[in-house]
Amino acid sequence: MIAPRTLSLKAALPLVLLAVALPADAKTPSLADAAGSYSIASSSRIQFNVGQTGGGGIAGNFAKFSGKFRIDGGNVSRSSVEFTLYPESVRARERRIEDFLRSSAVFDAANYQTVTFRSTSVTQTGPDRATVEGALTARGKTRKERFAVTLTDWNKGSISFTIRGSIRRAPYGMDVGTPIYSNVVEFDMDIKGMRR
Amino acid sequence: MLRNSDHGFGTVTIVLHWTIALLILGLMLIGFVMRRTEIDPALQFSLYQWHKSFGFTALGAALVRAIWWLVERSPRPVPGLRPLEHVAARETHRILITLGFLTPLAGWAVASASTLNIPSFYFNIIVIPHLSLPQSDSSEAFWAFTHALLAYAMLALVVIHAAAALYHQFIRGDAVLMRMLRAGSRPSHAEAADLREAMKPLPGGNDP
Repeated sequence: MIAPRTLSLKAALPLVLLAVALPADAKTPSLADAAGSYSIASSSRIQFNVGQTGGGGIAGNFAKFSGKFRIDGGNVSRSSVEFTLYPESVRARERRIEDFLRSSAVFDAANYQTVTFRSTSVTQTGPDRATVEGALTARGKTRKERFAVTLTDWNKGSISFTIRGSIRRAPYGMDVGTPIYSNVVEFDMDIKGMRR
Repeated sequence: MLRNSDHGFGTVTIVLHWTIALLILGLMLIGFVMRRTEIDPALQFSLYQWHKSFGFTALGAALVRAIWWLVERSPRPVPGLRPLEHVAARETHRILITLGFLTPLAGWAVASASTLNIPSFYFNIIVIPHLSLPQSDSSEAFWAFTHALLAYAMLALVVIHAAAALYHQFIRGDAVLMRMLRAGSRPSHAEAADLREAMKPLPGGNDP
């Protein structure tokens, strides 16, 4: 019924870059300050929702993931992110749903242990916003996906973003349950990066 | 002839009978397969949704059938039927018609009470709302058990019903089965002779 196939942590990296690239005003951290390499902290939240006909839907999150990103201080567009998600760690409101998501109907976690995202381009779209494009791989299929990143907080040691993306699951072979359940999986992530 | 007559069933009754028979047997087959634990999960999900759509169809057909059965006359028993046989047949039909309605109703309750809260998207055309039942594990388990119990009871009666029809066709040689296959009261001049015919073992009856 649901196939969250996005791993948008990578998207966060570009955000970081963007944030860094923001023009400096009195309060804005300087690009040089934000530039650097970060690891995605386990306190980050990777949430998804799949709408269902008639309202409501299936919401869940992933407990296990990892990733890193680099913010290029001189040229935000050269920033990059890599993210890996472990679908076996999916959490939903009840066990039957989790088992179904892990099964061959959706993630097929037994055969495909990870979902990965690797950025290919980062585009700054506002003082605290960026769009990250990259290759998302799930169930052995790789497609270009896009995430919108917004910088929410940062200091010397860490940086935080919210990342949103709408991923169509059918192209990844996860179309089970459509049209009762939407083909579009909405991702809503809170990503925190710790400076490496 | 749409209506029943004294001698046989009309097209409405016959079409309802066989439509519901097909639905019930198909639903039992899907229901059995989809409950198997080793089934492919995606196929299982689809089978559940097909089961629900056809189940709602069966519910509607059973409702029409029950109303039709209440308002429409029944043909007289075939000649040669003993009073006890007639009572047994009549009771079986009454229970079958009731179960044909209650079983899908209980199935609707399962979908409604399930904590999975999966919408009933009737043939992917229209969402049929859930019944107002509490959604909990115990409520779902209760209705699932009730639904299965009713279905197995109905299956047992269907077997008896079909065996009786075959018995009448091949052992008794009367018109019981044939008049559910062919509309109309063929022996229209036979009315006067009905009583006398009823006394004899009549081979064939409505059909050659």
